[in-house]
Amino acid sequence: MPQDANKVKDHFELFRGEEYVDMLARKKAEFENPHPAEEVARVREWAKTEEYKDLNFSREALTINPAKACQPLGAVFAAVGFESTLPFVHGSQGCVAYYRSHFSRHFKEPTSCVSSSMTEDAAVFGGLTNMIDGLANAYAMYKPKMIAVSTTCMAEVIGDDLNAFIKTAKEKDSVPEDFDVPFAHTPAFVGSHITGYDNAMKGILEHFWDGKAKTAPKLERVANGSINFLNGFDGYAVGNLREVKRIFDMMKIDYTILGDQSDVWDTPTDGEFRMYDGGTTLEDAANAIHAKGTISMQEYCTEKTLPFIAAHGQETAAFNHPIGVEATDSFVMEVARMAGVEIPDELAKERGRLVDAIADSNAHIHGKKFAIYGDPDLAYGLAKFVMELGGEPVVVLSTNGGKAWAAKMQELFDSSPFGAGCQAYPGKDLWHMRSLLFTEKPDFLIGNTYGKYLERDTGVPLIRIGFPIFDRHHKHRYPVWGYQGGLNVLVTILDRIFEHMDATTNVPSKTDYSYDIIR
Amino acid sequence: MSVSTPTDIAEVKERNRALIQEVLEVYPAKSAKRRAKHLNVSEEGKSDCGVKSNIKSIPGVMTIRGCAYAGSKGVVWGPIKDMIHISHGPVGCGQYSWAARRNYYIGTTGIDTFVTMQFTSDFQEKDIVFGGDKKLAKIMDEIEQLFPLNKGITVQSECPIGLIGDDIEAVSKVKSKEFGGKTIVPVRCEGFRGVSQSLGHHIANDAVRDWVFDKSEGKEPLFEPSPYDVAIIGDYNIGGDAWSSRILLEEMGLRVIAQWSGDGSIAELEATPKAKLNVLHCYRSMNYISRHMEEKYGIPWVEYNFFGPSKIEESLRKIASYFDESIQENAEKVIAKYKALVEGVIAKYRPRLEGKTVMLYVGGLRPRHVIGAYEDLGMEVVGTGYEFGHNDDYQRTAQHYVKDGTLIYDDVTGYEFEKFVEKIQPDLVGSGIKEKYVFQKMGVPFRQMHSWDYSGPYHGYDGFAIFARDMDMAINSPVWSMAPTPWKKDDGDYLAIAAE
Repeated sequence: MPQDANKVKDHFELFRGEEYVDMLARKKAEFENPHPAEEVARVREWAKTEEYKDLNFSREALTINPAKACQPLGAVFAAVGFESTLPFVHGSQGCVAYYRSHFSRHFKEPTSCVSSSMTEDAAVFGGLTNMIDGLANAYAMYKPKMIAVSTTCMAEVIGDDLNAFIKTAKEKDSVPEDFDVPFAHTPAFVGSHITGYDNAMKGILEHFWDGKAKTAPKLERVANGSINFLNGFDGYAVGNLREVKRIFDMMKIDYTILGDQSDVWDTPTDGEFRMYDGGTTLEDAANAIHAKGTISMQEYCTEKTLPFIAAHGQETAAFNHPIGVEATDSFVMEVARMAGVEIPDELAKERGRLVDAIADSNAHIHGKKFAIYGDPDLAYGLAKFVMELGGEPVVVLSTNGGKAWAAKMQELFDSSPFGAGCQAYPGKDLWHMRSLLFTEKPDFLIGNTYGKYLERDTGVPLIRIGFPIFDRHHKHRYPVWGYQGGLNVLVTILDRIFEHMDATTNVPSKTDYSYDIIR
Repeated sequence: MSVSTPTDIAEVKERNRALIQEVLEVYPAKSAKRRAKHLNVSEEGKSDCGVKSNIKSIPGVMTIRGCAYAGSKGVVWGPIKDMIHISHGPVGCGQYSWAARRNYYIGTTGIDTFVTMQFTSDFQEKDIVFGGDKKLAKIMDEIEQLFPLNKGITVQSECPIGLIGDDIEAVSKVKSKEFGGKTIVPVRCEGFRGVSQSLGHHIANDAVRDWVFDKSEGKEPLFEPSPYDVAIIGDYNIGGDAWSSRILLEEMGLRVIAQWSGDGSIAELEATPKAKLNVLHCYRSMNYISRHMEEKYGIPWVEYNFFGPSKIEESLRKIASYFDESIQENAEKVIAKYKALVEGVIAKYRPRLEGKTVMLYVGGLRPRHVIGAYEDLGMEVVGTGYEFGHNDDYQRTAQHYVKDGTLIYDDVTGYEFEKFVEKIQPDLVGSGIKEKYVFQKMGVPFRQMHSWDYSGPYHGYDGFAIFARDMDMAINSPVWSMAPTPWKKDDGDYLAIAAE
C-alpha cells in the first residue's frame, strides 16, 4: 500500500506507485479501446509539422484554446474599481458564478457580483421582473453606493432594454430615484472582455457626466488641471495602480484613477471581510469631466471610452500597456506635458536604474527568440520591451486583436532590426500558437497560465506574464508599469532564462561544464 | 477559536433559529418570505431537513449557483476524455470552465484525449443573427481533420443556442452519418434552463441515454463479461478520486468496467449496460442514468460513500452484499488491510482536530457525504447546505448524516453564509473558490470542497489520509493566529466579522 500516515502522499506521488500505475494500464488496455501507441505517436509527430500547421491555419469555424474571455467579465472588472460598487449582471446566473471564480482564481481574493438570475420564463417574457427584484434585493442586502449593470448574452439575445428596465425598477422603488445605476450592454458575442471593460467604463462616465439617463442635468465641464487615468483590463491592476499612483504623487499632479481596483482585490486578512474597499469615489468619477485630459494605458480597451471623453473637450492620449524604458518614457513625458509639471529627478534616477539593470543583464536576452501572446495592448507592450532588451519577437499573437492591431504591431517590428522577421497574428488562438511554436522554434514563450500546456507540448519554456495567472501566486501584486515595473518584468524574464539554462546544463559529466555558478 | 459552542441541543437550536430570523431581516418582504423556506434547523427523527430546494434563485442576492451548461459540460460530459466537447456559443462559458475542475485523466492531450482543452464556436453577432448550424457543421469537419483520433463529439449548448432556434440535433445526425456513425451528441444544456447546475446533469444524463446507449445497442463490448463487473457512476476523478476508489473495488475482486465520467472514455460509457451493478457516488448528478439502466437493462444500483473510514467500511460491505461470499470475504480483507493506515491517520490527526466545528456549503453529494470523514477525525459539522440539491438529497442528509440542531441552508446567499459564519464562528468552512477568500479574510480556516483546494484525492482510504492532512493544515496553520492586529486586540476574544 503506497499511502503512509506519517508521510502522506497526495496526487503528486500517490498515483506513481506501482499499484496505481498497473491499475491504470489495465483500465486502458481492457476498457478504453485505445488507439495503438504507434498511431498516437504518429499523429503526435504529424501535429508538429508544417503540413499540420497549414491545416490548422485553414480553420474557419473552430476556435481552440482562445486567449480571450467575454464582455461581461470586463464590465465586472471596470465596475469593482468604483467605491462601494456592486456589479450586477443581467441574464443567466451561471455567468456570474464564472466571473467571480475566474477573478478569484487570479487575484486570490473575493469578487462580489450579483446576477438577475434569469431562467426560462424570463427567456420568454423578458427579464424586467428579474431586474426589479434583483436591484431591490442587491440594494437592501449589500448596501452599495452604486450598482453597475451589464448583460449576459442571454439578455442580449432576447433584447432586454437596460435603460427602460432600470427606469421602471426605480419607479417601482427597487432603489431610490437618485441612486446611481449606470449600465452597459455587453453582448458576449461581440468583441471580448476588453470590449466589455470599454463599454462599462463608458457607461459609468456617461451616467455621471451626461445626466444620469435623463434624470439629472448634464454636467457642464469647467476645465481644471487634473488628469484622469484609465488602466484598462489589467491582471496587474493591484501592483500597477499603486505604482502609477506613486509616480503621479512624485510628479505632484492632481489626478483621478477612473476605476481603481487596487484595494478591493488586495484586502487584508485581519478578521474582517471587506466586500468593498477603496475605489474611485462617485464624486471623483463625476468631477473627472473637468479634467484637462485623460490617459489610457490600453488603447484597445478604451476605443469607445476615450473618444467619448475627447468629445467632452478633454485631451486624450492612449498607450499600449507601456512596459520598459522607452514606453515608460513616453508615458511619463506625456503625463508631464498634459499636467504641465516637471518630471522629478527621482524618476530620472529610477529610469537610470532600469537602464542599469538592462545593461547588466541584456547579454542573456540578446538574440533570443520570443513568441508572445496576450490582450492586444499587453502583447504590444511586451514585444516592445523584448526588442528593447535585444530579444527578437518572432510571433506575437492576440486572439482579441484585430487588423488595426496587427498593422500597429508591424509598424513596431519595422522600427527596429530586432523586429525583423516577426509576424503578428490577430484573431488566432493558442492552438495556432502551438503550431507556430513547433515550426518557428522560438526560445521562449511569454503568456498567461494556459501557456503551460504549450510549454508541456512543445518544450518552449513559458514566461508567465498576462491574465489569468492561476498557477503562480501574487504576481498581480507586482507592477509591470513604470520603471520599477519594467525591472519586475526584466527579472521575470531573466529568472526563467536562468532556470532554463541550469535545467539544461545539469547532467553530471555530460553538460555540467556550463552549469556555472556565476552568470 | 469557537466562541459560540453551546453544548445543549436546545440552546443550539434556539440560537440557529434566531440566526435565521436575523438574516431574513435584511431582505425586502417578498424575498424574505421566499428565502425563509430554504433555511432551517435539522430535527432528529424528521425525514428531511425542513427546507425547500431546487427552486429558482432570487435575483440580486449573490447565489453561489451556476447553470445547466456548468452541470453538463463542466460536470458530466467534460471529463469524458477521448471525445471533443464543443462549448457552442460565445467564448466565455468554455473559457471560464477551461480545465478548472481538475478531472484527472491519462492521455496525450490534443492527440487522443482532450479534457483540458477549450473548443468553442466563439459565436459572433452574425452567428446570432443568421444561426450557427452551418458553423457547427464546419466545426465538426475541422475537428475531424485536426484531431483524427477523437472518438466522438458533444455539443454543449450555451444560452443563445436555444434562443435563436438552432437545430443542433439535425447537424449532429447528419455529421454522424457522414463520419461513418461517429458518436455525436447534441446537448441542450443552455444556461438559462432550470434553476442551477442540476438540470444540466439531468439533460446530460438523458443525452447519454438517447445518443450513446440507444445508438450503441447491439454493439458487443471489447471484453468478456464477468459476474463481478461494476461501473463507477458519479465520480469525476477530481484530484484522482475515482482512482483511489477503483483500487478498493478491484482489491475486493470486482472488475470496474467503466468510470463515469472522470478519466472515462466513450468505450466505457457504451459498455456500462453490461455491468452487474452500478455503484453510484454522486447521486445528484447521475441518479437519472442509473435509474434508466435499472429500468432498461435491469442493472441494480447502489449508493456508496468513500469519504472517511466509517463510511468506506459501510459502503464496501454494502457493495459486497450484491455479490457472492467470496466478494464479501474480500471486502473484509480490504477493510482489514487498511486498518493500520486508518489507525495511523486517526492517531496522528484526531488529537489535533478533536472537537473542531465545520460549516459546509457544497454541491451535489459532499454537503452530506463528507460529514462522516470529519466525524472520524473527531470533528463536528454544525451547518450544511446544498447549492443545487433536491428534496431527496435533504432526505438522505436528515436520515443518515446530520446531527440534531444542525443549521441547514439551501442555495445560500453570500450575505447569509457570511452572517452564519460570523455568528457561529466555526473552526473551518468548506465551500468553493468564490467563498474561500471571504472567510479567510475573516480569519476562518477554509478548504475548497469542490476542487480539494488543488489537493486530493479525498476518496478511499488513500484519500482519507490526504483529507486528514489537509484539514489539519487548514485549521492548525500558524497564519490564523496572526490575523488579528495585536495592538488592536482588546479583550483577547477574536471574532470573525462579515462585511457590513
